[in-house]
Amino acid sequence: MNLRRLGSIVLKELRQLRRDRLTFAMIIGIPTLQLVLFGYAINMDVRHLDAAVLDQANSARSREVIAELGASQVLNLRYQLSSPEELNTLLRQGKISAALVVPSDFETRLERNERSVLQIVVDGSDQVVQASARQLAGFPLPGSDRNRSGRIEVLNLYNPQRLAPVNTVPGLIGVILTMTMVLFTATALVREREHGNLEMLIATPVSPWELTLGKLLPFAAIGLVQVSVVLLLGKLLFAVPLRGSLSELYLASLVFICASLALGVFISTLARSQFQAMQMAFFTFLPQILLSGFMFPFAGMPKAAQWLAELLPLTHFLRLVRGIMLRGAGLAELWPALAALLLFTLLMLGVAVTRVHKRLD
Amino acid sequence: MNSAETVIQARGLSKRFGDLTAVDSLNLTVRRAEVFGFLGPNGCGKSTTIRMLCGLLLPSAGSIEVLGYQIPRDAEALKRRIGYMTQKFSLYDDLSVGENLEFLAAVQGLDRQQARQRIAELLERYWLADRRRQLAGTLSGGQKQRLALAGAVLHKPDLLLLDEPTSAVDPQSRREFWDSLFELADSGTTLLVSTHYMDEAERCTRLGILDQGRLVADGSPSELMVALPGSPLLVECAQPRQAQQALQGTPGVLALTQIGNSLRVLAAPVQANDAAAVELIQQRLRNAGIQAQVATTTANLEDVFVSATQRPPHSSGEHP
Repeated sequence: MNLRRLGSIVLKELRQLRRDRLTFAMIIGIPTLQLVLFGYAINMDVRHLDAAVLDQANSARSREVIAELGASQVLNLRYQLSSPEELNTLLRQGKISAALVVPSDFETRLERNERSVLQIVVDGSDQVVQASARQLAGFPLPGSDRNRSGRIEVLNLYNPQRLAPVNTVPGLIGVILTMTMVLFTATALVREREHGNLEMLIATPVSPWELTLGKLLPFAAIGLVQVSVVLLLGKLLFAVPLRGSLSELYLASLVFICASLALGVFISTLARSQFQAMQMAFFTFLPQILLSGFMFPFAGMPKAAQWLAELLPLTHFLRLVRGIMLRGAGLAELWPALAALLLFTLLMLGVAVTRVHKRLD
Repeated sequence: MNSAETVIQARGLSKRFGDLTAVDSLNLTVRRAEVFGFLGPNGCGKSTTIRMLCGLLLPSAGSIEVLGYQIPRDAEALKRRIGYMTQKFSLYDDLSVGENLEFLAAVQGLDRQQARQRIAELLERYWLADRRRQLAGTLSGGQKQRLALAGAVLHKPDLLLLDEPTSAVDPQSRREFWDSLFELADSGTTLLVSTHYMDEAERCTRLGILDQGRLVADGSPSELMVALPGSPLLVECAQPRQAQQALQGTPGVLALTQIGNSLRVLAAPVQANDAAAVELIQQRLRNAGIQAQVATTTANLEDVFVSATQRPPHSSGEHP
């Protein structure tokens, strides 16, 4: 391996990248767009949800509570109902997203300080609605201990299992890196072949390792820039905490970036055209996003799906990033995930390099 | 000729792609500082042969020795000493002229100091100094060829292989480009150039005519013209078009070309005697009722090509 030759390939890639405005825009554009879209979709502070009231107590106190909840502006109490059947119908038809149910023994429950005094029934198929309804659960009730909250019970219809927004932003780092890193390098070698540059290059003393690493290194730096963008926006927009060490987070990200780039280069050695490389890249996105634990809890998946997920780099990175950011864990505790990523990287890179032939047949 | 001067030696070289035999038992010897021309129509195996010679394709059969290296075994060592110019422009369109050369210089192992000097020298020699900052993709065809040539000779290779280097270039630029090639040959570089242009082939010091993967003629252009087995004849008459129609497709006539008011006929060898050929053509024209003067004329490379391949040369090519 000749360092000057390696450096010249890195420099060449950076120069080409600077002139490729679309790719350049993707480096900052994709993380920003995804974070804002995903982040707000989950965390958005919704107001004026269409809602109905089923007041079975119909007492002075129940009317007082209903008026106060209405004044919070989260719910727009449009319907006064008289039966639970009406409530179900309206929810099913999508005319309302939530309903306030005051039980007939409301007064008694309030006196006895019971855990559940009144219910908010929520259309759980909509995550935005769920999140807003949970805010209402902390609403203080009159005539009782103001410090005690949680006496409004939130009943999630259709989707009892909730996605926490803090859980999503760290995962998003992984998803964003998966999409951009694999795409950047998947087309790297195919593009040179399609443009005829490769025939010229393989007639020179350049080695397969120099060629592969030279294409990979510039994007490793770009991946770290993306991590910074997501972290910064996550902190500013959604107050996502970082409980562990920042340097360990960057180290874990760097290893994951290399794993994704190596996967991309491997795809690049398989594909016959840039279009085919794109298709293959997308083919690797779906299982990563669906099985890694980003969309659905890992523990809830069937055993076979879990085994498959262990082969995917994003699964391991999610363990690392959630551990470091949310639980304040250190790499010393998370080493199996880091080792798995390193192994994946070396394997992919090794296979890719042996597939870079300096011949046309 | 001293055998130490042999730069390329190929014996029984063949390449098959499935059922297609692209190169068929080719024997080739190229000596130092020669400008060896590969002449042949598209698809005759020129590119495949060149690619095998620089180790980019594995031969199906035969042996190759280039600059003393056994190919394909020592292909990597050879790559340090050759320059290869592909048929299609293969430098980076989205890098500037200077950036392309800097990249190639580093890839070829020149250190920074050497690279700076050599690039300045080549930009000057190939009239690209004022284009240094221009993106390669925006250069004209002739400028692109000069840039590609500069890139191929940065490391002062002993052997330069050029695959149809002038196929997308205007005639003026082609002449300038060939002047540059002779400059390289004068400094001791051996050149192997493929082409389908007759005027370019005529400038080579030695010529190999390739037809359907086989080498059908090999020698200097003048040797090949002297040794031409057929008889080139000039027919002068009032109606050259009618004469052409009368001779079209008759046995013994290899090629017909109307040049101004006369008709050039390449007759197949008749008893190795030009006079017999003249007599034969005159007889044919008389039978068709056409009065004409028939005389022998000097052979040109097109005649050599036609009689070697038994068919007309590449139709879109320019002829001298």
